[in-house]
Amino acid sequence: MTTAPIAMEPSFVRSERTVASWLLTTDHKRIAVLYFVSVTFFLFLGGLFAMLIRIEHFAPGPTIVDAMTYNRLFTMHGVTMVWLFMIPSIPAVFGNFLLPIMLGAKDVAFPRLNLLSFYIYLLGAIVVMAALFMGSADTGWTFYQPYSAHSPSAVLPTVLGIFILGWSTILTGINFIVTMHTMRAAGLGWMRVPLFAWTMYGVSIIQVLATPVLGLSLSVVFLDRAFDWGLFDPSRGGDPVLYQHLFWFYSHPAVYIMILPAMGVISEVIPTFSRKNPASYKAIVYSTIGIAFVGFLTWGHHMFVSGMSIFDAGAFGILSMMVAIFSAIKTYTWVGTLYRGAILVSTPLVYAFEFLFLFVFGGMTGVAVATMSLDVHWTDTYFVVAHFHFIMVGGTLTAFLAALHYWFPKVTGRMYSEKWGLPAATLVFLGFFGTFFPQFLLGNAGMPRRYYQYPAQYQVLNVVSTVGAFALALGMIITFIYLTEALVRGPRAGNNPWGSRGFEWRTTSPPPTHNFTAEPDFKIGAYDYTVALPGELEEHREAGHA
Amino acid sequence: MRDLALPAGHFEDLAQQRHAAKLGIGVFLASEALLFAGLFALFAAYQTEYPDAFHEGVLHNTKVLGSVNTGILLLSSTLVALSVHAARLARRRNAAVLLALTIALGLTFLTIKLVEYGTHFREGIFPGGAGSFFTDHADAGLPLFWTLYYVVTGLHAVHVTVGLTVLGFMLAGVLRGSIAPPVTYKLEIGALYWHLVDVIWIFVWPLFYLA
Repeated sequence: MTTAPIAMEPSFVRSERTVASWLLTTDHKRIAVLYFVSVTFFLFLGGLFAMLIRIEHFAPGPTIVDAMTYNRLFTMHGVTMVWLFMIPSIPAVFGNFLLPIMLGAKDVAFPRLNLLSFYIYLLGAIVVMAALFMGSADTGWTFYQPYSAHSPSAVLPTVLGIFILGWSTILTGINFIVTMHTMRAAGLGWMRVPLFAWTMYGVSIIQVLATPVLGLSLSVVFLDRAFDWGLFDPSRGGDPVLYQHLFWFYSHPAVYIMILPAMGVISEVIPTFSRKNPASYKAIVYSTIGIAFVGFLTWGHHMFVSGMSIFDAGAFGILSMMVAIFSAIKTYTWVGTLYRGAILVSTPLVYAFEFLFLFVFGGMTGVAVATMSLDVHWTDTYFVVAHFHFIMVGGTLTAFLAALHYWFPKVTGRMYSEKWGLPAATLVFLGFFGTFFPQFLLGNAGMPRRYYQYPAQYQVLNVVSTVGAFALALGMIITFIYLTEALVRGPRAGNNPWGSRGFEWRTTSPPPTHNFTAEPDFKIGAYDYTVALPGELEEHREAGHA
Repeated sequence: MRDLALPAGHFEDLAQQRHAAKLGIGVFLASEALLFAGLFALFAAYQTEYPDAFHEGVLHNTKVLGSVNTGILLLSSTLVALSVHAARLARRRNAAVLLALTIALGLTFLTIKLVEYGTHFREGIFPGGAGSFFTDHADAGLPLFWTLYYVVTGLHAVHVTVGLTVLGFMLAGVLRGSIAPPVTYKLEIGALYWHLVDVIWIFVWPLFYLA
């Protein structure tokens, strides 16, 4: 490494060392770290619930838990994974860390609001956890009426917790939208902004416009349950299907809250490791906005069997397939970027490949379930479970892990071990595929979801799925261990170990509190591999690569 | 006292800070609009299902009080806009008086709303179809109409209360001199929120009071 040309400013990690300086920080990077610790905890907790479900299904009859506990487990698995892990995962962790840096700003537009978002998230999480100890809900994460108004389980604290979490999501969304509009460095026009930042913008729009409707639907569940107001109670003239409309008006776009950030990660990782401009920057930007928009018009495909006219079903089916068109545009652009690129195989890129596979596979089955005639056969079977785990969970998880490895040297200043990273990435993929591919077959063979027991003919595939889940869990634990080890003992990574053109790689690792020691220079584009960055050749030569 | 023209540390200048604040409140109001849009969608669906009951409900409602409240909110919105104008011209006293009048009108609105609720309670109209009114009027959609009435106007009243609190802080700022040129945009943000409260009522009023 060359000698540092300027007086070293302490990194954001070392600027202050007290506990309070972390807990009361308004630095977007420290808030990102706080989020990371929280969402990782909930990822493992949600995973624990999933493992208990899978162990229960090892045999057809009762195995380790009773029926009511089983209902609570799949509810808490869904609630934890959706609202405590997936929704905040990439935006609140990597979005918080990177968005201001990618825009050349010192921080997000509203740093104190950002800290408030975190504490609201924490409060919501605590309430949801309290609900867990009060017996937890057993309704599934969808809280369908009228059962959610009468279930004997702890529905009230659970929906209250999710309501609080919604505030955190909305405030983060507002913060990101305003940051994107007002905090870009001089000369950084809209169409030069890194693609990850664009997806943060798209996802924020969804967060701001969809989440209030979730808040409303859950508030009505709360009122119906706490005061018996019966707004969705069919015995009093109410219409429970209306609840489903409101719920899915949020919860379908919520799927794009999860997948758009994942697409942003992939759009950063693939150009870096193929050392190429994205095949089309504009195609990715416009399809991101396209998904954010069309995502609001597809919710009806969750309700094909809830009583829906053929015309509506057709309309919702076609609108849902529009999402596949935008997704295909993205996928072709990514593959086109890889084509004839100078590929550097590394853990982030392997996760990006896994993302592509799971995303295309899950996406194709998505087009299938958007077709009413097919969906009637698959509704509420494991086919749907497998579909949304492939695209939503597989997509988010592989992208989260890609992001974690890709930006690990930027955030920590240290390098993880590829010797551990590549096998762990392989194991995660095999485990994931092993868990959920059999579930497509189970669902198609008619095994309904959310059932405590199943007929003996489904056992073989269930056992395969459970074994896959153990492999996935093992992969995650290995990843956790070697990344923790790298955090403490990993070799110094340097500022730009991947040789990326991304703006975030042009500052020190870890970055200083105000992100750049000098005015950031973004004259060379974020994906321009035709020229070398200033100082890059010297650094390369000294490292002995010349 | 701190120089008002100085932006917060992470902004380049005050213009950037002002832009961010105004855009931020705009996006937040969009979020609020979606919250009420969900309720209006519920109203539309149930009105389509029970047109007669909803018509009967509207006729039974206190049209005069609801309409007076509409006038009060419209007037208050005008006054808060004038207050912003006065603040921009550095007329602190005028701005404060106009803001105080806005708050007084908001409190009047809430008082009238409470009087209305009192009337309904005396008639035996409670949310969830509880109360003697519904034993005499057994039409299936009526409990839904009145429950929605309480949910929508209640949520709106919560927003009025929040708006009044915000305006109260604004008034304190104007009196202290911390809201003055060049940072009158802070008052504008409070005023924009108050306008939202008004705009939502413009939709609530015809749905629940005018048939």
